[in-house]
Amino acid sequence: MEKKTPLYDAHMRHGGKMVPFAGYLLPVQYGTGVIAEHMAVRTTCGLFDVSHMGEISCIGKDARKNLNHMLTNDYTVMYDGQARYSPMCNEAGGVVDDLIVYKVRDDHYFIVVNAANKDKDFAWMKEHAFGDAVFTDLSDQVAQIALQGPKAPEILKKLAGEEQIPVKYYSCKFHCRIAGMDCIISRTGYTGEDGFEFYLAPEEAEKLWELLLETGKEEGLICCGLGARDTLRLEAAMPLYGHEMDDEITPLEAGLGAFVRLGKEAFIGRQALERGGAPGRKRVGLKATGRGILREHLDVYAGGEKVGVTTSGTFAPYLKEPVAMALLGTDHTKPGTAVEVDVRGRRVAAEVVALPFYQKNKNEREVSL
Amino acid sequence: MNHPTDLYYSKSHEWVKFLDEKTALIGLTDYAQDALGDLVFVNLPEAGDEVTAGEAFSDVESVKAVSDVFSPVSGVVAEVNEELLDAPERMNEDPYGAWLIKVENITEKEELMEADAYIRFYESEE
Repeated sequence: MEKKTPLYDAHMRHGGKMVPFAGYLLPVQYGTGVIAEHMAVRTTCGLFDVSHMGEISCIGKDARKNLNHMLTNDYTVMYDGQARYSPMCNEAGGVVDDLIVYKVRDDHYFIVVNAANKDKDFAWMKEHAFGDAVFTDLSDQVAQIALQGPKAPEILKKLAGEEQIPVKYYSCKFHCRIAGMDCIISRTGYTGEDGFEFYLAPEEAEKLWELLLETGKEEGLICCGLGARDTLRLEAAMPLYGHEMDDEITPLEAGLGAFVRLGKEAFIGRQALERGGAPGRKRVGLKATGRGILREHLDVYAGGEKVGVTTSGTFAPYLKEPVAMALLGTDHTKPGTAVEVDVRGRRVAAEVVALPFYQKNKNEREVSL
Repeated sequence: MNHPTDLYYSKSHEWVKFLDEKTALIGLTDYAQDALGDLVFVNLPEAGDEVTAGEAFSDVESVKAVSDVFSPVSGVVAEVNEELLDAPERMNEDPYGAWLIKVENITEKEELMEADAYIRFYESEE
């Protein structure tokens, strides 16, 4: 039986089409449909319930050492309120999960993990914890709402004082208050757009949801579901656990080498990643040049030989073309390489392209208000 | 939701409009297009192809998924609606205007429902 998020009643009221996802009932879309929701986030703003995500705290004077031991990224130098993404590897170099860590202070971190993996992650962290570090699963005590799109700062400014709005991408402000509600405001997201994520008590989630919707009405803010969340992250080429990486795909194969710091202290999976050397396959982007929509788990061929498999694919609503990500043998990863994708028995021509498919304000990582 | 009374409906959510005894247009119902969501791709047969009652003759794709479209009749494809190849969203916007194929020489048909029976059918299915 799927659990309801604290926003279940709000979804029903707003016409959400509910589907089971990672143990929760969540809206796949609302009445406006996936394409309209996707376009709202690219051009104005969209609101997502992401309360299914898992939250885990790590507290103790050895907290940072534990993170550096369990995660591939380096958590040594961070300011309070900074967020940092990382894969979490197993001994073989495969990925247990990918997650975001927020630094509260030197001995206190707040970790956000994928919904489908939260029990596995929590068990893994407890199993590998050492010294003075206590991991606590807070998932049932935390709701999460994402406000995403170019109009997000404008909308938030109407509700929160400037000192409560994080300026840098991948940073957050703790102990914020919006209309009397305590929350964390984070400048993060999974859409390829500017935006914020709010963490707060489940009892207050519905109130914040309605307040944001009402406040953003004139900017064009609408409710968005899982369908748009997936097409947005795919268009922005953001990897999804279980697709671009899993227990048997390494972060290096998934193109996440920037988040694997081999120069830091020893961490789980490091030996395997070092021993493995340069990966034999890599994540690439594909664009269909023939007629057809590329989906996940389709075989990819070059010159009649199987060279890999797609990991995610869809019709990209903003680019208005079919795109996919795939793991291909490294001989076939150069942009411009012609391949064929087996779409239910039919070979559809495609071309390897550079990732991401879509990028807002190219090369601009810092955003201002 | 709109289900015109001059059409017949299949359990797999296609509509049939008989132009005469042996000729009909086939499309996706309003219920089907709503359930599928934004349609972004369609594969159609070619004129001259045979279709068989109860068998797939086309597939349509929404942003999220692929679905087969089944023929409610057996016969020969006289015409396909090529407009849909470039504008599959027409099936969402105007499901009863956006026919997929025109079938002639119909020899057989599935058990079809009238509009009110079709509405009772999908409501009981939900």
